[in-house]
Amino acid sequence: MTMSLDPPTQTRAEAVPTDVPPDVDTKAPNAQGHLAQFGLDEPLAMDAGVALAPFQIAYQTAGTLNADRSNAVLICHALTGDQHFAHTHPVTGKRGWWETLVGPGKPIDTDRYFVVCSNVVGSCMGSTGPASLDPATDRAYGLDFPLVTIRDMVRAQAMLLDRLGIEDLFLCIGGSMGGMQVLQWAALYPERVFAAMPIATGARHSAQNIAFHEVGRQAIMADPAWAEGRYLEAGTRPAKGLGVARMGAHITYLSEPALHRKFGRRFQGGSAPTFSFNADFQIESYLRHQGLSFVERFDANAYLYLTRAMDYFDLAADHGSVLANAFRGTKTRFCVMSFTSDWLFPTADSRAIVHALNAASAAVAFVEVESDKGHDAFLLDEPVMFGAARGFIDAAARARGL
Amino acid sequence: MKHLRDVAPAPWDAAASLPRGEPGGARVDHLVVLGLVTPGARVLDIGCGDGTLLALLRDRRGVDGRGIELSREGVNACLARGLPVIQGDADTDLENYPDDAFDVVVLSQTIQATRNPRIVLEHLLRIGRQVVISFPNFGHWRVRSELALRGRMPVTALMPEEWYETQNIHYCTIRDFVGLCRTVGARIEKATALDARGRPMRFSMPWWVWNLVGAQGVFLLSLGKDDALGAPTQP
Repeated sequence: MTMSLDPPTQTRAEAVPTDVPPDVDTKAPNAQGHLAQFGLDEPLAMDAGVALAPFQIAYQTAGTLNADRSNAVLICHALTGDQHFAHTHPVTGKRGWWETLVGPGKPIDTDRYFVVCSNVVGSCMGSTGPASLDPATDRAYGLDFPLVTIRDMVRAQAMLLDRLGIEDLFLCIGGSMGGMQVLQWAALYPERVFAAMPIATGARHSAQNIAFHEVGRQAIMADPAWAEGRYLEAGTRPAKGLGVARMGAHITYLSEPALHRKFGRRFQGGSAPTFSFNADFQIESYLRHQGLSFVERFDANAYLYLTRAMDYFDLAADHGSVLANAFRGTKTRFCVMSFTSDWLFPTADSRAIVHALNAASAAVAFVEVESDKGHDAFLLDEPVMFGAARGFIDAAARARGL
Repeated sequence: MKHLRDVAPAPWDAAASLPRGEPGGARVDHLVVLGLVTPGARVLDIGCGDGTLLALLRDRRGVDGRGIELSREGVNACLARGLPVIQGDADTDLENYPDDAFDVVVLSQTIQATRNPRIVLEHLLRIGRQVVISFPNFGHWRVRSELALRGRMPVTALMPEEWYETQNIHYCTIRDFVGLCRTVGARIEKATALDARGRPMRFSMPWWVWNLVGAQGVFLLSLGKDDALGAPTQP
């Protein structure tokens, strides 16, 4: 299946008049959701010093924007996530990735809020990224695509909200790389964020996390099918490299207790051990499956770009090395959340955010959720997280008069 | 030996300063705090539990309240009330707050459970312009009689756990606490003792009586810089 690697990212973005009324219905016009196209007159000013134009952002919505336009929620997705937070995935057929948290009657109640989630720029699910067609060369950007930063993603999201006529967000929420975007939103557009929930994230990527990402990137680039990033024209696909990158990364999303509980040292088939390098252990089989299913839906170059964006993220460095300066004078109310078994973004990372927010006299709540599910806990059924999120969001809604 | 009357002001008639016309239901020691806090003040409640006091201060005084609480249950209860509370620990999290960040810092029934009460108190005085602090009085006559007559560590309403289970590792008497205030240069603006039911002592009594009959002490402190009240008096 090559669907995720080719259309619709290969269609060139057309300039559209900006006075078109915002398209906020919830019927998806194509498999990737809605498309917001930005023409040559609306470039994305990127940190790499490039003005990206034209470009497009694919997004999904749920719920209805109220008359005051005051009930908008922006969900920021994680590294390999996408805009289909509450919609069936066009490639995998799976249900929305955050339906545990978002939906009618859920903590992010789609009966009350208008929820938007856009595919980040640099990704491969409909928004412009390295697999998109470069209008200058009429071939895929590949590695000619400018390096993307978390701030670039946030700027593109802000342009999308402008297009939708949403001046400020009731809530900006996301986990992992999504949490980085939430922090960047609060720092870059403090007046546009009423409440912010960065979950299982950090204000910078640690050396260990950069190291894991580098292993993944090297696996992709070591695959001959990667073809120096020109695999779309070469007609190949670096599935092995991307699969190995995913296998390694997936371990970091789990925890030793979770792996032990789920797989232990159990053998896969009745005849194991086979005295070979077959996938004797269930954990091997599971990881291989994770790698294989990932390459069905994700573009290898996009993986390189997005991991790089996370590596570069260091919010304090952008503010004179003092993280509190990023939030100085903020009126946003924050709820920071971490998970006890998350070793990719450990609680210490969240505490650093909380301490900076305290130093900036911001209104901040912080919860460390007891869970043995590791980093991915934020995507899973965690009643304590839901309870805390519901309490925070309901109270914020009361404060905003929603 | 220094006398309490040398270092502390006349006992504070907290009963008279209780806010009037407050509907019932609120804990009396909370009402004592309520009586101290000016409308719109910024308040940090350390060990805020389920946020009862912060919610009271917000609803009755329009206070901009923040909290620190160790237990997840407490933090969740606070979130549900819309209170910005962080899951944290007085021993480790206070150093991250800037000087004079709050008008009032409240530490209720917690200092005896901290690892380093002196450093905690110094942080409270640094972070808040005023500090309201309450603690169980280990000089209470029941405590003394348990030790003196039965030779046992006391178990009382304010100290309900056995010695091997309790979180309280640094007990003190009202008199001991006054000594710590002297040591760290805290000015005692007001002080009172509450009885076993959390009610302020009705009558003005000498300090040694409070140290005997007060179940808990409640102090209003600030960093004494230019005053006589908390400054050590030379005999």
